[in-house]
Amino acid sequence: MKMASLSCWLLLSEWRARFVQVVVAIMAIALGVALGFSIYLINTAAFNEFSAASKSLSGQSDLQIYNKQGLFDELLYPKLAQYEGVSQANPVLEFTAVVPDRLESSSDHKLRILGIDMFRAATISPDLLGVPAEDSVLDGLSDDAIFLSPAAMEWLQVKQGDMLQLNVGLQTLSLRVTGGLTRARAGQRVAVMDIGAAQWHFHYLGLLSRIELKLDSGIHHGAFKAKLEQELGAQFFVTEAADQEARVANMSRAYRVNLNMLALVALFTGAFLVFSTQALSVIRRRNQFALLRVLGFKRQQLLQQIIVEGVVLGSVGSLTGIALGYGIAALAINFFGGDLGSGFFPGIQPNLHLSPGAAMVYFVVGVGVTLLGNIFPAREAVRAKPAAALKSGSQDSALNRLSTPWPAVICLCAGILMTQLPPVFELPVFGYLAIVFLLIGGIALMPRFATWFFSFWLDVVNRFISSGKLNVTALMVFARLANAPNQASIALGGVLASFSLMVAMAIMVLSFRVSVNNWLEHVLPADLYVRAADSGKQGGFQPSELKSLAELSEFSRIDFFRVQHLVLDPDRPEITVIARPIDKKDPGNTLPLTGETIGLDQLPEGKRPIWVSEAMVDLYGYTVGKQIMMPVGDAMHAFIVVGVWQDYGRQFGAVQMQLSDYQGLSADLSINTAALWLQEQTSMTDAHVALQQLPFGDVLEITQSQSIRDKSLEIFDRSFAITYLLEVVAVIIGLLGVAASFSAQMLARVNEFGMLRHIGVTRRQILRILAAEGSFLTTLGVMLGFVLGWGISLILIFIVNPQSFHWTMQLNMPWIWLIVLAGIMLVSASITALIAGRGAVSGGAIRAVREDW
Amino acid sequence: MLELKNISKAYVEGCQVLSNLTYTLKAGEYIAIMGESGVGKSTLLNLIAGLDVPDSGEVLIDGNQISKLDDDSVTMLRRKLLGFIFQAFHVLPHLTLGQNIALPLLLNNMPVDRAEKMLAEVGLHGRKDDFSHELSGGELQRVAIARALVHRPKLVLADEPTGNLDPDTAHDILQLIRSEIKINGSSGILVTHSHAAAATADAVLVLTKQGLQPIEQVSKSI
Repeated sequence: MKMASLSCWLLLSEWRARFVQVVVAIMAIALGVALGFSIYLINTAAFNEFSAASKSLSGQSDLQIYNKQGLFDELLYPKLAQYEGVSQANPVLEFTAVVPDRLESSSDHKLRILGIDMFRAATISPDLLGVPAEDSVLDGLSDDAIFLSPAAMEWLQVKQGDMLQLNVGLQTLSLRVTGGLTRARAGQRVAVMDIGAAQWHFHYLGLLSRIELKLDSGIHHGAFKAKLEQELGAQFFVTEAADQEARVANMSRAYRVNLNMLALVALFTGAFLVFSTQALSVIRRRNQFALLRVLGFKRQQLLQQIIVEGVVLGSVGSLTGIALGYGIAALAINFFGGDLGSGFFPGIQPNLHLSPGAAMVYFVVGVGVTLLGNIFPAREAVRAKPAAALKSGSQDSALNRLSTPWPAVICLCAGILMTQLPPVFELPVFGYLAIVFLLIGGIALMPRFATWFFSFWLDVVNRFISSGKLNVTALMVFARLANAPNQASIALGGVLASFSLMVAMAIMVLSFRVSVNNWLEHVLPADLYVRAADSGKQGGFQPSELKSLAELSEFSRIDFFRVQHLVLDPDRPEITVIARPIDKKDPGNTLPLTGETIGLDQLPEGKRPIWVSEAMVDLYGYTVGKQIMMPVGDAMHAFIVVGVWQDYGRQFGAVQMQLSDYQGLSADLSINTAALWLQEQTSMTDAHVALQQLPFGDVLEITQSQSIRDKSLEIFDRSFAITYLLEVVAVIIGLLGVAASFSAQMLARVNEFGMLRHIGVTRRQILRILAAEGSFLTTLGVMLGFVLGWGISLILIFIVNPQSFHWTMQLNMPWIWLIVLAGIMLVSASITALIAGRGAVSGGAIRAVREDW
Repeated sequence: MLELKNISKAYVEGCQVLSNLTYTLKAGEYIAIMGESGVGKSTLLNLIAGLDVPDSGEVLIDGNQISKLDDDSVTMLRRKLLGFIFQAFHVLPHLTLGQNIALPLLLNNMPVDRAEKMLAEVGLHGRKDDFSHELSGGELQRVAIARALVHRPKLVLADEPTGNLDPDTAHDILQLIRSEIKINGSSGILVTHSHAAAATADAVLVLTKQGLQPIEQVSKSI
């Protein structure tokens, strides 16, 4: 009990003595935990809601049957309904329709529609049943009836009884809003109509998207699924609810993991700050600890005391962080949505749920990270010999272990080795570990670097002083930095950690942005792009409309695209198949090819070429030269992979083939999109007028390529907004670290300043010394931070991005931005040093020299 | 050299430390000041050094009334005319011994060669590149003495300079302070509790509530 009181006294007296540093350390931990926890809460809420919304559409079925190409013949339905072991089968047609009133939004103008058999769905998906007006109960079966979820009604600004316009191919269709749905999730935009009416109106006659099965009780789902898959053949796949969840998880996993990693980086910077705060505190109290040891404090008790300080610091910081994180998550979901503007979880309105388990995990992570920052100072305090520690001038030698370069070299080597390791479960685990090891190694090498760098400058200064050309300030500054490198390095570490992260993120984001911009230039060579809503299984433009388009004299060239989606692996999101004319002599003119290619003249007779995106190589192993089988039309066909192209638009994979090959194999002559090149004398306005004057001009989506480019970059910037925020927080934590370590050093050096004041050094001179120390330290931190940040950016660009999102990019250096960042860092660190120094020289010169050090 | 005219100083109301103190120290004179704890010895040194301001009265060093000077001017005066020796040495750990001693020379824009000579004078020849953690307490105080005298100040203020040292080392240090002050032709004020230390000065004064009085006079009044 008495020991507890003593421990409490020591803790409280220390916190009182360095209140600001303690608050800063708590803030750093709280910010790190808050970021991590809020991102976890947002991602979990969005993911759960997205997953629940997906599940709500498939109801309580045991199995769902899909076709890899999306739609399939409804003749399968009666077969499955009578299949042994099936108690109920529910046919579903699911598609999206273009809402003409919403065409001004290029990414948010489609309504998801489910065509269901009301009688079958009543048992399997009762939530999807429409709720007609009380006086017209049979309205649901009417062929122009459509039921809308509340979110869809709100989005479309319609109510029961209103007419809703939807585009089908090049026509506009009017449907009557008959009512709402039995139950829909908040924010879920979905429409339901009778399957027969949907097939007829939207040109899906005889087609289904899936069949949901309810099995007889006692049937083994796994065995039934395997048997059914075998019988249905390679074109079909059978999924359970768990498979769907895995698929939804796969869609956003890399995005979620990357955000969490960025949050952890902020927490890591916070841990470093705890280390610097505690290390400087231990140095400052070295004599006090020695005295306690002399008075009979055991090593174990001393260790316990410092650990308790860390635990209390970590607990207060983590609890604050959890509360703050919940608040940030609530605000972010309210203002930016569950995907923080990135578009990964569209059409949902997630609810935040505070999970005690997750809060506990983040609490433990926060405390754990704090303890990690506490270990070295605690071990140092325990190892110190009381007699030596009582002697003045031993403070810097207390940190001598920091200057041992071997742990740093080992960390750097481990980091470099990890860059060569493959992803784990398709995540760049070793890439992130490499970043952590490089950061730790780089920071741990600081004392050595500081000694080399500042000793060199001290020699220069000494030479100048001998010849009477320099004043005392220069000597004081460089002698301190060169001969007390360990304390200097702690302050330097904060600058280094935050600046290297800033540099790494800035280089990565700019490289990505420039690559995306170049890619957009390459993939959008035409002046205008014209799209039409799909018409059932067909693209919106039929041959007769294509002829009308081709006859327009305003255009010098028109390319047609047929875009479809295909499931190659039921566990993964669908891939995109693009059929278009590709330059046969040099496919690089059409596609942004990367790496080796096979010339079309080298292909064996009768073999058809495809060009795959980088994601296809990583996810499906479609390497150049490989022969693959792919469903086109109603059958599987062989293709040879002849090239790989960069695709920043579809991270789950895309394949391009010659339009002539596609049309030959599928007999589908319709297209979705036309790319148009203007005649030299034609203005953009004339082109628009010509297109709108076509008989189907009213329903065309006409977009200028520049507008697509601008919107794509806007989406890019929005997606990276959250990373900028995390970066800013990491920088704030880094600067807090600088402030904390400078002010802690000021406290430790107050008697040095006192003595200097006695021998005639003015306050201004001391402040100049401090500002110069801060500036030189920051300069070194910025220089080394640049090298380290550049190394980390290489890992982000060439390892983390390709392994997470399956795309590569070219390195681009944002020199001006980096110079501005370095300037901001330099000025803010110098000002921080000055502010911290003002306290140290404001009084106390008389009192200071009375204390021993 | 130093004139104290009617100096009074109180820290809190009703706690008068110095009251109407008047004294004149002549050039080349080396005195010791003794007194009970809390009587105001260190306060007096701080007032002389311009590190504290008297409530009333004047402190004149070489004819300069320091209470009328601003902080920068007092600092310049201290830099040029005064030398300090502390009980706790205060040798900067990140500077070499040579650099520590050279500090006042650099501050006064004087050639730094004298630092090495001074180091030899205090018995630490050839150790200019050593750091403070390699020295004993006595050696550290020698460095502090060298630093206090290297720029030939007119007045050296020593506040309990042997408080942290053993008697033998203390004796050597006191002799060194005296001889260095005399060699330099400086004046000196030694504040101490030790009679033995005080005995090394030219005159011993006792600070009481009545002011500074010769020790004989104090003994008689007792």
